[in-house]
Amino acid sequence: MNLQSIINSLVSDTVNTSLPLFKPELVLCVTIVVMLLFRVLPLLDKVPPFLLALVGSVVALWSSLPLEGLSTWANLERQELFTGMLVYDSVTAYMKVFLMSFAVLFVVLSRLTGIADREDGQDYYSLVFGSIVGMCLMASSNHMLTLFLGIEMASVPSYVLAGIVKGRQRSSEAALKYCIYGAGTAGVMLYGISLLSGVLGSAHIPTMAQRLVEMDIPASLAAGEGVEPLIVLVLGGLMMGVGLAFKLSAIPFHFWCPDVFEGASAEVDGFLSVASKAAALALLLRVGLGLGYSPEAELAAVENRTEVTAIASAAEQATPPTIRLVADGVADELGEEAPGEISSPLTPIRKFFVTVVALIAIVTCTFGNLAAYGQTNIKRMLAYSTIAHAGFMMMPVAAAVSLAGHSTAEASDAVSAMLFYVAIYLFMNLGAFAIIAFLRNSMQSEEISDYAGLINKAPWLAVCMTVILFSLVGLPPLAGFWPKLRVLQALLAAGGPLLIAVLVTAALNTAISLVYYLRVAKTICIDSEPDTSRPVAIGFFPWAYVLVITLPVLIFGLLPNGIAAWAKQAADNLF
Amino acid sequence: MSLSEPKVYLSFLVFLPAVAALVLAFFPRGKEEVLKFATLGVTMFTFILSLGLFRQGAGIDFEMGVAEMQNLFALDWIPSFGIQYMMGIDGISFPLVVLTTFLCVLAMGASWPINKHVKAYCILFLLLETGILGCFVSLDFFLFYVFWEVMLLPMYFLIGVWGGPRREYAAIKFFLYTLFGSVLMLIAILMLYFNSDLTELNATQLANTGIISFAEEGDAQSAMDEWLAGDSDLAKEYAAVNSANESNADESTRRQLHTFNILALQQIGQNTSQFQGTALFGQTVGWWAFLMLFVGFVIKVPGVPFHTWLPDAHVEAPTPISMILAGILLKLGGYGILRICYPICPHAGYDLAYFVCLLGVVSMVWGAFAALAQKDFKRMVAYSSVSHMGYVVLGFAVWSAFGSNGYNPEYWEMGVNGAMFQMIAHGISSAGMFFMVGVVYDRVHHRNLEEFGGLFAKMPVYSGLAVGIFFAGLGLPGLCGFIGEVLVVLSVWKYSYVLAIISASVVILTAGYILWAIQRVYLGAEYKGPHPEALVPITMRELAIASPLLALAIVLGVYPRVLLDYMQPSVDRQVERLAELTEGFEEQEKARQELEGTEEVAIARAQPRLPDGIFGSDVLPNTTLKFSSTEPAQ
Repeated sequence: MNLQSIINSLVSDTVNTSLPLFKPELVLCVTIVVMLLFRVLPLLDKVPPFLLALVGSVVALWSSLPLEGLSTWANLERQELFTGMLVYDSVTAYMKVFLMSFAVLFVVLSRLTGIADREDGQDYYSLVFGSIVGMCLMASSNHMLTLFLGIEMASVPSYVLAGIVKGRQRSSEAALKYCIYGAGTAGVMLYGISLLSGVLGSAHIPTMAQRLVEMDIPASLAAGEGVEPLIVLVLGGLMMGVGLAFKLSAIPFHFWCPDVFEGASAEVDGFLSVASKAAALALLLRVGLGLGYSPEAELAAVENRTEVTAIASAAEQATPPTIRLVADGVADELGEEAPGEISSPLTPIRKFFVTVVALIAIVTCTFGNLAAYGQTNIKRMLAYSTIAHAGFMMMPVAAAVSLAGHSTAEASDAVSAMLFYVAIYLFMNLGAFAIIAFLRNSMQSEEISDYAGLINKAPWLAVCMTVILFSLVGLPPLAGFWPKLRVLQALLAAGGPLLIAVLVTAALNTAISLVYYLRVAKTICIDSEPDTSRPVAIGFFPWAYVLVITLPVLIFGLLPNGIAAWAKQAADNLF
Repeated sequence: MSLSEPKVYLSFLVFLPAVAALVLAFFPRGKEEVLKFATLGVTMFTFILSLGLFRQGAGIDFEMGVAEMQNLFALDWIPSFGIQYMMGIDGISFPLVVLTTFLCVLAMGASWPINKHVKAYCILFLLLETGILGCFVSLDFFLFYVFWEVMLLPMYFLIGVWGGPRREYAAIKFFLYTLFGSVLMLIAILMLYFNSDLTELNATQLANTGIISFAEEGDAQSAMDEWLAGDSDLAKEYAAVNSANESNADESTRRQLHTFNILALQQIGQNTSQFQGTALFGQTVGWWAFLMLFVGFVIKVPGVPFHTWLPDAHVEAPTPISMILAGILLKLGGYGILRICYPICPHAGYDLAYFVCLLGVVSMVWGAFAALAQKDFKRMVAYSSVSHMGYVVLGFAVWSAFGSNGYNPEYWEMGVNGAMFQMIAHGISSAGMFFMVGVVYDRVHHRNLEEFGGLFAKMPVYSGLAVGIFFAGLGLPGLCGFIGEVLVVLSVWKYSYVLAIISASVVILTAGYILWAIQRVYLGAEYKGPHPEALVPITMRELAIASPLLALAIVLGVYPRVLLDYMQPSVDRQVERLAELTEGFEEQEKARQELEGTEEVAIARAQPRLPDGIFGSDVLPNTTLKFSSTEPAQ
């Protein structure tokens, strides 16, 4: 094959296959360029940046929808774009629709709270869109290089966004902390990636999985030979986990989160807690399933196993029932593998991944909830709440990877739990931060104690905030309950001592988290207002915005079927 | 869509208060009297709707003497999670539904003195009523759970905003305790769900779950074939799972059809071994589910040691909310134990019977002693609730078919009927007692038992009513409290005479604290506390609330069949099914022992048995105590 034909096939692949599926990101990029261009040209600089940003994000949302309508998610074929750098499948499509919808809502919010004014609105929206393009790359990455690129592209604009309010010391401090932390973890992660790719000889995730299958880790573990590469792999995996944990604000890499949330403006907090978390979760899923699950290897393992079970069932029929009863009891006591578990070459990878993620999830969820108790600043409290929710959202990922080995149907249920959670979380957290931003504009305070008696000053806003807070606890019939339920279901389906421990932690955390959310609700609804308080004035549009964000929390609480079905379709096609 | 369809009627009954609450939210400010009347009107209308079920032979009714679930319907709610909108009523839930709607009318009447944020109060009150009614009629486990949680929020705010001085502490304590319990319940629900498989039930059992229905004299199998041929989603799924399993010989990859249907879970728990798989620490799935569900419910009941939220919540809550708390909310715990714990996990219920009985007796004794020690009138009434609800737990747990001295479920039937009766009776008497405390509190603004006295002279009508209601709580023969207590204590005799003697002697303690309270408050020469001038005679409104309660207490005490006729068939049917099962697994246990040769373990686990001959089964006149002559249908 000569150079000419290689270039030709590359061009045709890029133009015909990759670019059409990359449209939403392209639209955002074009919007960024247009916004910056309009700023320097005379006359055109009169066009408000908000308008451009809104048009850009709506077009991006429209182009991110599957061509044949929403219901076609179930039939999307897995495709590799740009010669395997990115992957386009139902989860990518779902995440893109999610991120673009978020972009639209976020642009409107930024306009309403006035954070993006005519002066430097272009900067603000460019940073947001740039970050969202990075998140799209994260959600669709299929190669260690795009993975790293996506994380950096999503993070760097976030650092600037955290410090976008000029002249505020807290804000600048937050940005600096975030930046230094981010840079440090990115370095560690890059080193981890280089270790992994070095041992496996590739940075293309499916190829890496193929190499892992070929290494046949169970055999080398059993023989006790050739363990050295394994140590490097474990080290590389853990180092890569550092970068992911930073993006997820998982313990022990969460320290930036409360400081940044307190220093940055509430709108940016909403951005970080919803979009950034969602993308990081999708990425975690990609890594876990990409390295820990390979359809061909599983198929081979199943075939291998069927022969074994055929012999076993024949033997079983031969034994009288009474002996079988006793034998089953003995088998239970010995703690043999669950009956559905199939030993495949990737089982150790899955076990490693599940153990690490599950342990981090337990600690993150519990710590986040406990640390939120002592907070007096609402943004700092919600930062810890975000940490706790991130722990919660990591649990189905662990369950999905653990289930991938023996039941793809249940594994896809677990994935759908994560996708569903992310979607519902958008409304809850964006709503909460929007209310905080509007209240900040009106009363210049973000202290919980200043919200006392809000129910008398702005009754509807107070009711909306209370609904959102209770939804964050996860009380039915509010929307926040259903994803929690799905997570618990996924954990129970996965089973095993570790994941049952995760399940119990998750359930108890719901009760733990009640106290601090309830404290805010109590301050708003029960405490009497201080004599010095000023009236709260909220305009019509902010009010309508809050209502538009809060209503889904109620509606999806009663009728969660729509979103749940989408999430399920998106996940079903993954395996 | 006519009102004679069960789905319309029951949904209307449940959601009418919530819809009315939504309408009230748009009510103009400043018309608080009108708001209260509107809310009262809504509760009355709901009460009338529930009374409409008594009309025999109308488009929709509750047929007396029928044991099965009536007015049953199931619609898809969240198909992707397998959750249905399924409701129905039987003899266990129907009296509780009527009690709820009735007490809500009275509690709304008792809410007139409330003048703070009236609109919010009315809205939350109505939402609470929807939550409670929904709990009693829902038959999908998830729907039940959702309604269970729906009650929490209004209750938190009703205590936290309108309560007494320590209201915030009490409200959050109530919330935390209940949420902890419901989290356990949620895990148990999911455990049961994932271990259930509808496809293992046969046609008759499916008919019992209400999934397939057929006319009387019909054949279950042909009805099932018809159902499978029909176009219901569940039937299609059932067929798909079945055909997938037929072509797949591998046991480990068998597909299952999970369900949240409470009736189906009951059938599965009783007829299959799906909940018998080993879970943690060598116990079965059913055992763990039972334990978690039981703790969840017993927090609500409340039983010692989970009762500490109750005195705080009851004392701090405003009078009408105390009435609802004591009168209805506690009954949800008992209802859950009867409807869910025992029928779904009968094996665990059998294993843990003694533990549950003991918990009931400890609650009775503990609550009674604590009530004796109280100086606060309302706190005393609150602890009396702990004591009285102990009878309910005890009555449910008595598993008289146990033991080698003959198989006789009648004692158990008696115990469960007594416990059910006690729930209704306590609903009436405790609501009345809280209201009576509230009446004097509204006048003199204190509840210190030491500073009362001589109320009989100043408020004769009130005192007469109050003494009547307190006697009903005491369990005086001829009043409602007596029947339930005596049935429970009698049934325990056969099970364990130690527990029976203790529980019978609690009556003395009860008499002690109630008579002592009556003496200190109503009798005596003169009133010793502050605001003596405020002790005006009872108003018409208060009279209208107190007298129906006393009248009901007398009617139920004199002619208990008025309640038992509705209740007993369903209770008996459930007990008979479980008793039959018990007999079955006694034999299993024997076979197991022979097989494993571990007799000692079994003996160590066994509950105390009656010495033969001393308390033989012929001592108790077991047939005369059955108040109903109605034979349980089918």
